[in-house]
Amino acid sequence: MPDSSDTSPPPHPFLRWTVIAIAVTVLALAFAYVAGWLTPQRLTPQRMVSDLQTNSGLYPGFRRNHAKGVCVAGYFEGNGAASAYSTASVFEKARTPVIGRFSIPGGNPYAPDGGTPVRALGLRFNLPNGQQWRTAMINTPVFIVSTPAAFNQLTVATRPDPATGKPDPARAGAFFASHPETAAFLGWAKTNKPSASFATDRYDALNAFYFVDTHGQQHAVRWRFEPEAKDEAGAGPKADDNDYLSQDLRQRLATTPQRWHLLVTLAAPGDPTNDATKMWPADRTTIDAGTLVIESEQAQDNAPCRDINFDPTILPAGIVISDDPLLPARSAAYADSYLRRTREEARLPGVAHADTPKPETK
Amino acid sequence: MTAPRAFHPLARLLHWTMAVLVLTMLFIGVGMVSTVSSKHQWLLAIHKPLGITILLLVVLRIMVRLRFQPPALPADMPALMKFAAHASHWLLYALMLAMPLIGWAMLSAGGYPVMLSSSWRLPAILPASPVLFAWLREAHQYLAYLFFLTILGHMGAALYHALIRRDDVYPSMTTGFPAPVEIAEKPLEHIEPPAPEVLPPSDNAG
Ligand code: HEM
Ligand code: HEM
Repeated sequence: MPDSSDTSPPPHPFLRWTVIAIAVTVLALAFAYVAGWLTPQRLTPQRMVSDLQTNSGLYPGFRRNHAKGVCVAGYFEGNGAASAYSTASVFEKARTPVIGRFSIPGGNPYAPDGGTPVRALGLRFNLPNGQQWRTAMINTPVFIVSTPAAFNQLTVATRPDPATGKPDPARAGAFFASHPETAAFLGWAKTNKPSASFATDRYDALNAFYFVDTHGQQHAVRWRFEPEAKDEAGAGPKADDNDYLSQDLRQRLATTPQRWHLLVTLAAPGDPTNDATKMWPADRTTIDAGTLVIESEQAQDNAPCRDINFDPTILPAGIVISDDPLLPARSAAYADSYLRRTREEARLPGVAHADTPKPETK
Repeated sequence: MTAPRAFHPLARLLHWTMAVLVLTMLFIGVGMVSTVSSKHQWLLAIHKPLGITILLLVVLRIMVRLRFQPPALPADMPALMKFAAHASHWLLYALMLAMPLIGWAMLSAGGYPVMLSSSWRLPAILPASPVLFAWLREAHQYLAYLFFLTILGHMGAALYHALIRRDDVYPSMTTGFPAPVEIAEKPLEHIEPPAPEVLPPSDNAG
């Protein structure tokens, strides 16, 4: 055919090749920059999770934080009281099925229950319209830090010393001294002994969210689950029992479902939504929005909660995240932790397998 | 059948629209998974609906591709170069189709609600399974890298046609060659190359 291509060599071929090379290189560099490959100092979710993993050691298949836990199931019974503030169907007078997980912090799934006063609860509400509400809460009134960067510095500052197996007090102390926002949390931790039961604890989302009402109006809120069980869990755990929390829960659930009230606190103008280290004043309007009823428990090894990522930014229509900087960091870090543990579960090439035998407990 | 000299205008429109969207998606993707800032949330909120938009557009594009014959590559292109061109084009189609499907499938397998907005949810296309999730999530990442490398090569090749070979390939996807009316308005010596209508039948059709 008569080819229209110009067979004569192009003028300035070197210049032309240079233009091509520059175009390709600039695009590739822009991609590398956005991906963070040119900025190793960037705080990435992968780095936050790797630092957590370094602190605890690698336990294939387990969460990189809150590794020790137990799966539970039940339902939430809304009472309609929060429906004036949020369109989410979970707050209507209806039952929503719930899968949950009680846990203690740290990346070691064999850690002793008495080693920390912190207890935690993750919940996933399955709404009838297929949407979900996930929340992951702890039993403290405030969080220890207010930003992802401070959380990462805390992780590194409290890294166990290989010689002693304990964090270096000087290093940890220096971190706390330079982070006065940690004082409220540390005060709580000092005065609260590790509880003997998951059932008697209250679980607070700490991060602020917005409820969205039928008019599209947003209301800043924080929520917590307040237990009905108020006993001191009998005589408390035996000193040599490392796994008393799951046993206590099993015993309680064998006879009676355990119940919590969802308390939603409405912010007043000026209450911080972006700082989980600061409590809102106690006189803020608080709504009892319904009752969480936990009916059954199952070991986490092979129960539904194992494969759930309790990412607190997974929300139904009617709830949206606030400007709290911890929320996006949690979403990103939980996703990375979830990928690591499912990769181990799936035995993908190049990762430790999830069925690595349990180490001898020290 | 005679191959046209340029791509159909609809094919060109889809090509450039999707080029922008796909590159945007690749940058959003690697950007959002490497940040713990609020960008992670709002980029993800763009990523999912935009990815599904690409899925719809690529279906349309494949139909346009089958309906309107594309121009043939220049006859004097070396066979290996032609093979590379055809193979990379099929790879690009495959990835445009696969990436959004994998994104959708991996969220389904992870047990996540596939939310395209605060209230618009797509159904799950796979049962919840950590094993499927892990494989698909890895595939989403590494196929995205392959996608980006293929686009780099594609862009380099397009510029090679435009700047070095100066053949029909680049205008066939850009201007589509000026319309005869416009050409007639210009002085005669500028009528070059000839308008498609006056070209003799091509012998490399197909
Ligand atoms: C930037 C700060 C934080 C980081 C980096 C972080 C990191 C993590 C990681 C990596 C996991 C494991 C996720 C998984 O594999 O599914 C986890 C679990 C958890 N986190 Fe956080 N976390 C942070 C803040 C918080 C806060 C503020 C709370 C409480 C209000 C919290 C409560 C929980 C709970 C309850 C779990 C266990 C959820 C479950 O049972 O799966 N975390 N965290
Ligand atoms: C042309 C289409 C698409 C392209 C080019 C694309 C590209 C990417 C890239 C480059 C990443 C980062 C991978 C990594 O570095 O780990 C990513 C992550 C992701 N993509 Fe896509 N994607 C597409 C479609 C979709 C769709 C349709 C969905 C869901 C409906 C989706 C959901 C996600 C999610 C959830 C993540 C990871 C989030 C995380 O782990 O934090 N993608 N995507």
